[in-house]
Amino acid sequence: MIQSTPGQPASQVPVLALGDVLLVSLQGELHDGMAEQLQHDITSRISTSRVTGVVIDISGVDIVDSFLGRVLAEIASTARLLAARTVLAGMRPAVAITLVELGLTLPGLVTALDVDRAMELLSQRGS
Amino acid sequence: MTVPEQDAAESAPQVVSTFLERRKEQIAQRWADAPLFRTVFTVSRDEAVEACKAVVEALSEVAVSGRLEDIEAPGFASVRDQLGRMTATRSRSGSTPAQIADEVAVLRVPVVDLLREEFADPAAPRAQECALALTLLMGTLRLVVMETALNANAELIERQRQQLLEVATPVIKLWEGTVAVPLIGMLDSARSQVVMESLLEAIVEQRARYAILDITGVPTVDSLVAQHLMKTVAAARLMGAECIVSGIRPAIAQTIVQLGIDLGSVLTRSSLADALAYALSRQGIEVSRADAGASAR
Repeated sequence: MIQSTPGQPASQVPVLALGDVLLVSLQGELHDGMAEQLQHDITSRISTSRVTGVVIDISGVDIVDSFLGRVLAEIASTARLLAARTVLAGMRPAVAITLVELGLTLPGLVTALDVDRAMELLSQRGS
Repeated sequence: MTVPEQDAAESAPQVVSTFLERRKEQIAQRWADAPLFRTVFTVSRDEAVEACKAVVEALSEVAVSGRLEDIEAPGFASVRDQLGRMTATRSRSGSTPAQIADEVAVLRVPVVDLLREEFADPAAPRAQECALALTLLMGTLRLVVMETALNANAELIERQRQQLLEVATPVIKLWEGTVAVPLIGMLDSARSQVVMESLLEAIVEQRARYAILDITGVPTVDSLVAQHLMKTVAAARLMGAECIVSGIRPAIAQTIVQLGIDLGSVLTRSSLADALAYALSRQGIEVSRADAGASAR
């Protein structure tokens, strides 16, 4: 198990709870340690509270490489195991083009234009 | 007519240069009647004579510099514009580059004849040398004309290619939240890149949920085009929009199947109208005739 180090609060990605949805907003680069920490945070939050959806906002991310792509796919499949749906929101056109050119089409992920649409999507499917 | 004694010390190109400068008027008068100048400067003969003089002056300048075979010689710079306009006019009236080159070649005969008259004995080695230098110079002029003609063509092609890129890929808003790209003509890598970029920008701008790629105007679909389509569909999906490919004609559908391209992951509809109907029904919008209620009565 990964223990969160109290000395480095800046390396954590904040996970916000909005009702029964978790909102994660990624900004800039995501390092290996941060990614693992985020995965751990999300899964523990899902299991301890009544969370039915996870929205990951990547509108502040300039580059999505194969590493981040894999992390996102892993978060989505872990959340699915815990009965929560994951929606990836706010990908920029340039990021989408780069991902497609790299052959990373993230097939298992549900996507939305922005956080607003992602919340809408989750509430539709939830009902 | 005899060549002055001091000219014997000069090199052949210099002799040619002074000859061109001295006989400019006569050469221009003869050239003005040649097909190349006569057909371009149809308004007045004086204009043709002036244009000829400019060319003769340029030739003289090149001869002085001694770079008889160099098409980059600075002497030609002053007449390049004029030559470009002339070749453009000839091209527009239907002349091929080879015909234009022939017309330039015709200019050589009168000027070489004039040069021969300068010498008492046209068969003398000195006269032959000068004639050869002049012939070389006229050959270079021909090359310069060809080069300007080709450059003008290349510029035209580049400009048209740019226009095609801009014009041929409009993104149309069909309905609230639905955008469409009608693709027309062959899809290559550069064009499909532009299509993808403009489609994704439009999805963000219009906050579109559905994007329709209509390929009615695409003549052939090979594995490369199919790959471009699938990339565009995947990119649109990453942006959170659903992409529909419409307008696949029966022949193209057969080709795709025979090539073994798997478009299974792509949502397809037979026509743009069907694709729009699908997008509307998915958004819960129903389109019906206004008089439907009246006739049911």
